[in-house]
Amino acid sequence: MSAVTDQFAVPSAPVRKTPMGTFDLVFRNASLLAALFVLVLLAGIMVSMVVGGWPAFREFGLGFITSSVWDTQNEQYGAWPAIVGTLSTALIALVVGVPLSLGIAVFLTQLAPPWFKQPVSTAIELLAAVPSIIYGMWGLFVFAPLFAAYVQIPLSSLVEGMPIVGTILYSRSPSGLGILSAGIILAFMIIPFIASITRDMLDQIPSVLRESAYGIGATTWEVVRHVLVPQAGVSIIGAIMLGLGRALGETMAVTFVVGNANRLSASVMDPGSTIASRIANEFNEALGLQLNALIALGCILFFVTFVVLVIARLLVARVKRY
Amino acid sequence: MRKLLILTAAAIGLTGAAQAADITGAGATFPFPIYSKWAEAYKKESGVGLNYQSIGSGGGIRQIKAKTVAFGATDAPLKGDDLTKDGLIQFPTVMGGVVPAINIAGVEPGQLKLSGELIAEIYLGNVKKWNDPKIVALNGDLKLPDANINPVYRSDGSGTTFVFTDYLSKVSADWKSKIGTNTAVQWPVGIGGKGNEGVSASVKQVANSIGYVEYAYAKQNKLAHALVKNADGNFPAPDDKSFQAAAANANWNEAPGFGISLNNQKGAQAWPITSATFLLVHAKPEKPEEVQAALKFVDWAYKSGDQLALDLDYVPLPANVKDQVRNAWKGVTDPAGKPIF
Repeated sequence: MSAVTDQFAVPSAPVRKTPMGTFDLVFRNASLLAALFVLVLLAGIMVSMVVGGWPAFREFGLGFITSSVWDTQNEQYGAWPAIVGTLSTALIALVVGVPLSLGIAVFLTQLAPPWFKQPVSTAIELLAAVPSIIYGMWGLFVFAPLFAAYVQIPLSSLVEGMPIVGTILYSRSPSGLGILSAGIILAFMIIPFIASITRDMLDQIPSVLRESAYGIGATTWEVVRHVLVPQAGVSIIGAIMLGLGRALGETMAVTFVVGNANRLSASVMDPGSTIASRIANEFNEALGLQLNALIALGCILFFVTFVVLVIARLLVARVKRY
Repeated sequence: MRKLLILTAAAIGLTGAAQAADITGAGATFPFPIYSKWAEAYKKESGVGLNYQSIGSGGGIRQIKAKTVAFGATDAPLKGDDLTKDGLIQFPTVMGGVVPAINIAGVEPGQLKLSGELIAEIYLGNVKKWNDPKIVALNGDLKLPDANINPVYRSDGSGTTFVFTDYLSKVSADWKSKIGTNTAVQWPVGIGGKGNEGVSASVKQVANSIGYVEYAYAKQNKLAHALVKNADGNFPAPDDKSFQAAAANANWNEAPGFGISLNNQKGAQAWPITSATFLLVHAKPEKPEEVQAALKFVDWAYKSGDQLALDLDYVPLPANVKDQVRNAWKGVTDPAGKPIF
């Protein structure tokens, strides 16, 4: 017995060398500084946005959020149509983008033959590197005319006069531009993010789990549904939230295809605007209260993104518990 | 010893100022092509370059107020009060016109006739179809479709929108009270395109649409334009002659800093939607030599830049207006109160 303990005797703790102590200290402080830098940067941006937007908040109060008027002539500003536009384009982007992304990730990790896996993976990474203005130009010059000719016009004549869908899907001026088009373009933009993160997560799941599931006779669908998704669930939600964050704040691409109307409309085919697109449109020429109102819009976007992140954290925490 | 040091430092500073002679300016995007063309030619002659940032009129006004540039540029003229408040002097450099661009199957460029009131009605959403009796009444035999009109506007703040809405406010009381004049307004109907390219793309792609763009842009992109009834009741073709006709009859001294609107001016051949673009300098600049260089550049452009402007479809100012501007420059003085031009 004593022989065994002798054999596994722990040697006495190594003596720390002094020069390393100095280095450790410097390293520690340097990384602390880097972490603090992010906080200071964030605080600085928040403070300057609140200060810049304050005159608008003071002038209109809560009405700034609930009002739909955006009248530079009479200096009346309200953010409601832009908030609705931001949330609805982001929601459409998720509805279109998430199933596609998950499909891509599952196919690449579970089903694709190796010779096919690499080209598709590379293509997705390349898509993520395309600048957003290219998506915008492509959306305006290529996607919008096709969308108008093959979706908006036939769909409008189909649903015209029907209850509910006749309002939501009817386009008065089939231009190919509008909330739905912006949402679809956004979906294209967030697919690479969600798909590649989900693919990496699925790849990291120990293959023993998958193999045992197959071993007891599970089908591919059952393996994905009952083994892979629960395992990677938290990370998948994280990836979706990252995509949502991008969709909420995307500026140039949306500005090109959303139709830029500062009005509320019941139809997703009608032009609208988002917070980011309105700032991009008006910032250059804005003076006085209009400039304050635009910065206040930025504040609201900041807040909306913050709330989305908090909800994402809560969701992740819930999923982890089960 | 210290005195000597200061003297040499001052001497170095002076020669530095004389050599590092790039004129700095910022503002309107509409005149950017002609300012860069002028700058290129001026540099060849004088060796003085121009560093012009086309960040938009609002940005130009902000920058000249903050004194970070020698001159600011704006499409929408500042009011007299604003000029005196910030001690600024304003003058026009060059003119241009705005034309309605249309896309109706079977209608050729220049065939469709509209009036200012009708354009206002269209953009207010009151006239909804191309075969509306009011449009048909102006166009006699022209066959117009029974189709919805799709109005297109500039979604970004722009001098073009300022000129267009100023014109509509002049000819339509309804427009003036409901919408008004600005670089961006609350459009009741239509779709917004970002920039001239956004508007022209939408007009080209959307059937039965109408938009408005700078004349130079419409010409270079071969957009079909409509004719607009002028104050004398004629329908002149939009070109440099009709823009100049609008400027010829205007009273430039009506507003401080030449800040008049050339919209809806009298004259048989005057194009009704015309405007000048403006520069702003401080009347008592902190660095007089910079502003002096800027004024010399504009003086050169007035003398030798007309053909370059015409080549790019801008319109030079009438000679008498240029003289009035040179006269106004006497108000720009160095700290001692001596005119610098």
